[in-house]
Amino acid sequence: MAETVLSISHLTKRFGDQAILEDLSLEVREGEVVVIVGSSGCGKSTFLRCINALEDIQGGEIRLRGELIQSDRKNLPELRQKIGMVFQSYELFPHLTVLDNILLAPVRTQKRSRQDAREEALALLDRVGLKEKADSWPRQLSGGQKQRVAIVRALIMHPEILLFDEVTAALDPEMVREVLEVIVNLAEQGKTMIIVTHEMPFARAVADRIILLDDQRILEESDPETFFTDPKTDQAKKFLQTFEFSRKTKQRLKSPKGEFP
Amino acid sequence: MDWAYIESVLPLYGKAAWLTLRTGAAGILLATLVGLLCAAALYWKVPVLRRITAAYVELSRNTPLLVQLFFIYYGLPKIGVKTDPEACGIIGLAFLGGGYMTEAFRSGVEAVDRIQEESALSLGLTRFRTFLHVILPQAAAVSSPAFMANVIFLMKETSVFSAVSLMDLMFTAKDQIGLYYRTTESLFLLVSAYLLILLPFSLLGTFWERRLRHAGFGT
Repeated sequence: MAETVLSISHLTKRFGDQAILEDLSLEVREGEVVVIVGSSGCGKSTFLRCINALEDIQGGEIRLRGELIQSDRKNLPELRQKIGMVFQSYELFPHLTVLDNILLAPVRTQKRSRQDAREEALALLDRVGLKEKADSWPRQLSGGQKQRVAIVRALIMHPEILLFDEVTAALDPEMVREVLEVIVNLAEQGKTMIIVTHEMPFARAVADRIILLDDQRILEESDPETFFTDPKTDQAKKFLQTFEFSRKTKQRLKSPKGEFP
Repeated sequence: MDWAYIESVLPLYGKAAWLTLRTGAAGILLATLVGLLCAAALYWKVPVLRRITAAYVELSRNTPLLVQLFFIYYGLPKIGVKTDPEACGIIGLAFLGGGYMTEAFRSGVEAVDRIQEESALSLGLTRFRTFLHVILPQAAAVSSPAFMANVIFLMKETSVFSAVSLMDLMFTAKDQIGLYYRTTESLFLLVSAYLLILLPFSLLGTFWERRLRHAGFGT
């Protein structure tokens, strides 16, 4: 069995008195793709943010290849270099060109030569179909293009694990696919990833394991086929039904006369 | 207007203008540094330091420069710190300007979304590098009008330096009026000299702001 990359044990996260995550444990092995689903506000995003210490935690511990991730540790920046994170709202730096966005971290923190990093950046941009956008400004790109740049920016650091936080939630529907295809590609290359998403067909296609987060904990954990065809808990069934409904709603909206199919 | 007189005292005003420009520039430079440090302390919410910073900003902005100068010039020697007039002027200007600059930079820094910081941190940048490479450049676009207004304001504030016997433009003009009653010529020279110093700053500021706005990072 592949080596454990990320191990989270008994993680507890509270905002004031309000518990967001309670005694949550998870192991992610090398090359594994873990998809986290759950209703809005169930703590999925907070969970991801805890992993690279953007949120401090109130209990438990998180280890990346055995190294403790803690917000007050000196080596946190180094550990964060090994954890790639892609945000829902892209968060490219608007004052830097696409290329400079990608080069900032490798040049400034990994002390790589600009030339060497530039070559890799262009190769990566090429792989996501954006080589000709290297000198563009973020503002000149579509949402889907921005998100692909953000993925490249994370990839160039050669992270041990990639975190995707609802990366298509802010996108126009026609741009969702171009981004998801990039992620599926990464999965095929054997990248270790944790993905938070609302795109169920994508989750089913890309996941090795699906986790349903609800009520501050992991409610259901199974392989995608089992999760989608034979969910164990009532909450999981209910959760999946909400998507059934929304799919019908979408079809209704798409059908010319506007009636239910 | 006696042009021959004006010509004869030009070197005198030239020297005074140079002193005004020199002390003003040094004071503004220091004020900018103080402002950056304080804005960083506020942005990072450094415990204790942020409270000291907030108190400092209020103190520096709500007392006149003249009073601050008197404190430095007459007060510091009493606790054994010797001050020459020029250093005193520069320190006074930096103290006053630091508060204004802090506010200018704070408004810019606060205009940058917090998630931009998180995005940079998650790439493994240190907090310092994040501030330097990601937050400040974006804040600059927002802060620049206030910053330029401060530069011009502070340069004009140097006119109270004469109170601590710095032979700046104001001092020279008053001196000349007192000595020769050349009021018209002296005031004419005084206004001209300040305009000559300040207009380039003003124009530079307008140009810079327009560039920042219209460059707009790709719009």
